[in-house]
Amino acid sequence: MLNQLKDSPMLQFSAVLLLLVVLLALWMLLSRQGRQAASVTAVGVSTLRQRLGMSAVVVVGIAGVVGVLVALLAMSEGYRETLSKTGSADTAIVMRGASASEVMSVLDRASVTLIPEAAGIAQDAKGRPIASPELVVAANLPIKGGSADDEGSVQLRGVGEQAWAVRPQVKIIAGRTFTPGMRELIAGKGATKQFAGLEPGHQIRLGSQLWTVVGVFASGDALDSEIWGDAGVVADTYRRGGSRASVTVRLSDPQKFEAFKTALESNPQLKVDVDTTIDYFSKQSEGTTQTIRAIGITVGLIMAIGALFGALNTMFAAVASRAREIATLRAIGFRGLPVVVAVMLETMLLALLGGVLGGLLAWLLFNGYSASTLAAGTVGKLSFELKVTVKLLWVGVLWALTIGFIGGLFPALRAARLPVTTALREL
Amino acid sequence: MKYLHLIWAALFRRKTRTILTLVSIIAAFLLFGMLDAVRTGFDDAGKSAIGAQRLQTGSKLSFIQTLPQALDAQIAQVPGVKSVGYANWFGGAYQDPHNQVFSFAVSDNYLDQYPEIDVSPDEHKAFDNTRTGALVGEQLAAKYHWKVGDKIPMQSTIFPQQDGSKNWTFDIVGILHSKDKKAGGFFDQMFLLHWKYFDDSTPYNRGTVGWYVSRVTDVNQADRVAKAIDALSNNSDHETRTQTEAAATASWMKQLADVGLIVSSIMGAVFFTLLLLAGNTMMQAVRERTSELAVLKTIGFSSHAVMAMVLAESVLLLLLGGVLGLLLAVVVIGGFRAATGGGIPMAPVGADIWVHGLLLMLVVGLLVGALPALRAMRLNIVDALAGR
Repeated sequence: MLNQLKDSPMLQFSAVLLLLVVLLALWMLLSRQGRQAASVTAVGVSTLRQRLGMSAVVVVGIAGVVGVLVALLAMSEGYRETLSKTGSADTAIVMRGASASEVMSVLDRASVTLIPEAAGIAQDAKGRPIASPELVVAANLPIKGGSADDEGSVQLRGVGEQAWAVRPQVKIIAGRTFTPGMRELIAGKGATKQFAGLEPGHQIRLGSQLWTVVGVFASGDALDSEIWGDAGVVADTYRRGGSRASVTVRLSDPQKFEAFKTALESNPQLKVDVDTTIDYFSKQSEGTTQTIRAIGITVGLIMAIGALFGALNTMFAAVASRAREIATLRAIGFRGLPVVVAVMLETMLLALLGGVLGGLLAWLLFNGYSASTLAAGTVGKLSFELKVTVKLLWVGVLWALTIGFIGGLFPALRAARLPVTTALREL
Repeated sequence: MKYLHLIWAALFRRKTRTILTLVSIIAAFLLFGMLDAVRTGFDDAGKSAIGAQRLQTGSKLSFIQTLPQALDAQIAQVPGVKSVGYANWFGGAYQDPHNQVFSFAVSDNYLDQYPEIDVSPDEHKAFDNTRTGALVGEQLAAKYHWKVGDKIPMQSTIFPQQDGSKNWTFDIVGILHSKDKKAGGFFDQMFLLHWKYFDDSTPYNRGTVGWYVSRVTDVNQADRVAKAIDALSNNSDHETRTQTEAAATASWMKQLADVGLIVSSIMGAVFFTLLLLAGNTMMQAVRERTSELAVLKTIGFSSHAVMAMVLAESVLLLLLGGVLGLLLAVVVIGGFRAATGGGIPMAPVGADIWVHGLLLMLVVGLLVGALPALRAMRLNIVDALAGR
């Protein structure tokens, strides 16, 4: 819902743009002035090669803006997608009331036994509720490629057997899973890239204890940045006793969520908050996504101002160098409008070229590029991939066209207003 | 220098073009100033003279793991430790869980570890004597319009009270001021409460602390002291990891984002474009002045002098735009810092940024002027005057 709202102004903008293009094409084909505009544009475009250096300023300038903008937006998009993919509408997460994230939540043993008894939870083949009490803590591990003292934080999740039933997307891709009751770990694919020593067979130190890495798992979402171990053993190491951070359950039906939530939140023996996991993870990503977007747009705007004035400069020069030609056209009866349209079209064509080039560069260089940050609401490095989507490329092209429009407007007006006699006498 | 007037006149021969180019240069250097401020902000975080004397001791297992408070007395006995205080993350939020506040439950002597924080003696005393007292940073107080004497509600996103309520109430007894505005933005955002009150009120803490902050008597001994502190808990179930404040902060910043890479990618794109743009302007300027340059040569200016003048013109163009851009950056960054209250690490535009910027202007200016200057130098008087 929220996403649709966000998209709608852009969709409207695109629709208006399309309509304008169609109208313009019709005008050029059908009216006398339109045909004049088309022929002036053709002359302008065909002489572009003589003004290669100047034209390149517009193309490269706008390509720079669009490239940087799209790359930064791709970062925000990749981050958002990684987190929102982690959740789903048919699983719910139960945490202690007023906890901002899993790692801040503590559920005592009584709550952990009580929660899976609620109605609305799906059952497995043996008739047990699919509910996974989990412990979320952090561990300091040496960073890959860093000095010996260079340690980073990774999120460590203590899980039981139901964790796999709650998250069918998690698959072991190397080695095996940990044995319950042993100091064994499996590492997410993203975590193995960030931290040293997470290959199966290696041992790592957690505090004063040695743990063995026995496998690698992949899930294609934020869980990839975690390492997992047996909940009981992790609780021991971190002195958490029988308490857990959260219980994640698979709902028998997404429709039952409200009933499930009300049942738990109104239970006087519990003080918990219930969210669907998709809501929980989307909320976690909100702040950072917004921040990266804001940075992208700020940087993009400043660069756009620079490129806009570059385009203005170029087009003023182009108009000046063609002043005589334009004046001649007007002297033999061409109106002002076709001249304006021709200059505008030429600028926007260059801008479009720049926009496409910039988007293409961003896509080539940064699509799938992996970045990492300390994610809000988790306690470890979260790795994610930049995602250059078609939508972002389209945003880039729209920016390019906007710059082209403004950059062409003023030179075009000047060209049309040029008094014919002085222009013919000049030069 | 005596030709400055001539160079200036040449530069503004075509006002529109020069001004349009200047705006592009201003935009480029505005961006440079802002991005370099962020980069410096990340680099310099935690680097202060007093910060070098401070050691942070946390759990070796992870930063969320707590340590027993009993370690306090032991660390104080370690030779080379001047004094030690401790703190716990409180996870406070005001009014809305999204309004997170940097709130810490601290030991009574915590502020003694931070001589760069200013609190009036009266307010310090009031804090010592008020169980539910809180000291708040001046920017934080300004943000929420708090003043001394206010009773404010605060939610903790981590620690409920004994009755399970997440709502805490504190009496604001004093305001914290950081002495060094450049490095101390963070202190003006802090919210400090008593660890004792905190520990008594929540069933989830049970006599533990998040981290210890100790000051060493001799900075050169810091490494040895850090090792000695860690040795205290060797092979226990609460092993510690002690780092200097600078090292700890740097490690956090590095995990937060690879700012250097992002900044240099953006700046690369910006300056490549700028080079092309300003280069074109200069090329045009020289091309259209061909006959004027020929006249200069005719009346006795040497080829090298003409070349130098063209180079000077392009450097002047860059300097004008660049300095204006950086000045604008100073204003914008000042605004940002005031608006976010130092929430994002962004250093004010200091001497180092100016030096980087000026060097950049010089280099870009020379690069941009190189081709047109060569062209001007090689100009043949007869051909140029004949318009060939």
